Amino acid sequence: MRRPFVSVEGIARRFPGVSGAPPQTVFADLWFGIEEGEFLCLIGHSDCGKTTILNILAGLDHADDGAVVVAGREIDGPSLDRAVIFQSHALLPWLSAEGNIAFAVRSRHPDWSRAQVAEACRRWIDLVGLSAAAAKRPAQLSGGMKQRVGIARALAVSPKILLMDEPFSALDALTRGTLQEEVNRIVAETKLTAFMITHDVDEAILLADRILLMTNGPEAKIAEVIVNTLPRPRTRHDIHHLPGYYELRNHIVDFLIDRSRRLAGAMPPEWTARAVPEVRPAATAATRHAAESAASPRRPA
Amino acid sequence: MRATRPVASLALACLLLALFVGAWQLSSSTGLGTAAVADPEYAALVGAAAATGGQTPFPSPIEVAARIWEHITDPFYVRGTNDQGIGIQLAYSLARVLAGFTLAALLAIPLGFLIGMSPLLYGALNPFIQVLRPISPLAWMPLALYTIRDSSVSSIFVIFICSVWPMLLNTAFGVATVRKEWLNVARTLECSALRTAFRVILPAAAPTIMTGMRISIGIAWLVIVAAEMLVGGTGIGYFVWNQWNNLSLADIVTAILLIGVIGMVLDQILAMATRAVAYQE
Ligand SMILES: Nc1ncnc2c1ncn2[C@@H]1O[C@H](COP(=O)(O)OP(=O)(O)OP(=O)(O)O)[C@@H](O)[C@H]1O
Ligand SMILES: [Mg+2]
Repeated sequence: MRRPFVSVEGIARRFPGVSGAPPQTVFADLWFGIEEGEFLCLIGHSDCGKTTILNILAGLDHADDGAVVVAGREIDGPSLDRAVIFQSHALLPWLSAEGNIAFAVRSRHPDWSRAQVAEACRRWIDLVGLSAAAAKRPAQLSGGMKQRVGIARALAVSPKILLMDEPFSALDALTRGTLQEEVNRIVAETKLTAFMITHDVDEAILLADRILLMTNGPEAKIAEVIVNTLPRPRTRHDIHHLPGYYELRNHIVDFLIDRSRRLAGAMPPEWTARAVPEVRPAATAATRHAAESAASPRRPA
Repeated sequence: MRATRPVASLALACLLLALFVGAWQLSSSTGLGTAAVADPEYAALVGAAAATGGQTPFPSPIEVAARIWEHITDPFYVRGTNDQGIGIQLAYSLARVLAGFTLAALLAIPLGFLIGMSPLLYGALNPFIQVLRPISPLAWMPLALYTIRDSSVSSIFVIFICSVWPMLLNTAFGVATVRKEWLNVARTLECSALRTAFRVILPAAAPTIMTGMRISIGIAWLVIVAAEMLVGGTGIGYFVWNQWNNLSLADIVTAILLIGVIGMVLDQILAMATRAVAYQE
């Protein structure tokens, strides 16, 4: 079988129970892949183990069973090729915005001169629109600006894979929209492979090529893989006019409201962990729309 | 907090000082502070001269001010081994404190780093630290005198012993409580252990470490006076004890004031350094 670029093969994670309780299995036997250049989103309720999965992909945490294989090699720790944008931005508070980015640049290029590092920092700061705030410490920046620094820091190491843990969840709608589009553009331009955790259905539809839907924990499972067939480029402003958008959106919302809880206990018999069913709500709807509109002129008035 | 009014505070402070000095002047001119002490046990304890010293009148603020002026205008005179300027004595004490403190920092900060990074080492060393820490540094003095056989080095050792604990514990605590996410940043950037230690852990723990150093220097300055009273020879502690034997209360008051001022200066220097490494999360 051909392996995808990032291949998650049967990983499990258990945490010891507190004060004598049996160990808690966050998830077990989890399989999925990410193709090179693909944007994959993971949606699930709080506590289902999303951050744990991302940490294992990043190499910050280990899987108790199974393995993650990237470009044919099993990972055994963090790597500069897998950059992380943290949920809490995790900027170093004693460094300025520029200092935080420079720290990343120097990690990738230890041999660079001061001028080369400064030049690279300038470029990333301009790219995320932070020129006016480069010298400020994180405590002096707004939430959106901090997350911008986090994005620049992650991109500054020229990674192959970008891992994002709810990067925009703490932001107001307007800032979130702007940053989503920036990330969308940068990922497309640099042909990055991206994995993003989110709670936001619209964000997932805007950004993702495929969306993994997770059931509630403990022992969370990937219930479904949604293929996002909405054509690119997509923008926040016109995405909801695309045929099939509402069917896609409703499908995910239905899952979050109802099926994520119902399926947690018992998966349907045709489901298997190694070959999670793929669904294309938008494509199905679009063909139906097309068929209907083709049929309607013949209908008597 | 309500808005502070520095001018009003300063005015009130001056007023309180004036009241205190006024009351002192009044009591010394009316002879209130000179009640005779003639307890025979007390006389046996401190020696006859000192016991009758209870009857020498407590100096008035004007006498003390004159004495302070004399000391300040001529701090570095040497008229024999037992009669040296107060500046020289303070310099001896400061030198001992700084020597002991520096040695303690050189040991405590690297060791605290290791303890903070390794729960194993922390568990192994913690019982020792917990037993050694509450021991009064002066209790070490006889052992120090016995093994080192040098009173000056012994007081440096005592300073070392008393200032090592706050720095050790604060460094270990600061290092152990560095936010996990900052360490994760260093890991995803594939920083070497050394780079992580100096670029992430050290700046993150610096405010806690500096607080430990500030506590240490405060304790060291407290202890040096007692240590020098015990071993004698030189230093501001010895000066105070010597002036007590000379019954020179004005000199003692001068020394007390200067000890306070220098302690404050040491503390403020460390406070400034703490502010320099502080960061806002
Ligand atoms: N270090 C740990 N020790 C013990 N339990 C842990 C640890 N890390 C995570 N867990 C448990 O694993 C489960 C999943 O946690 P995780 O942080 O992955 O959730 P999440 O899906 O990211 O949630 P959220 O959407 O709120 O961020 C939780 O029940 C949590 O209590
Ligand atoms: Mg999470």
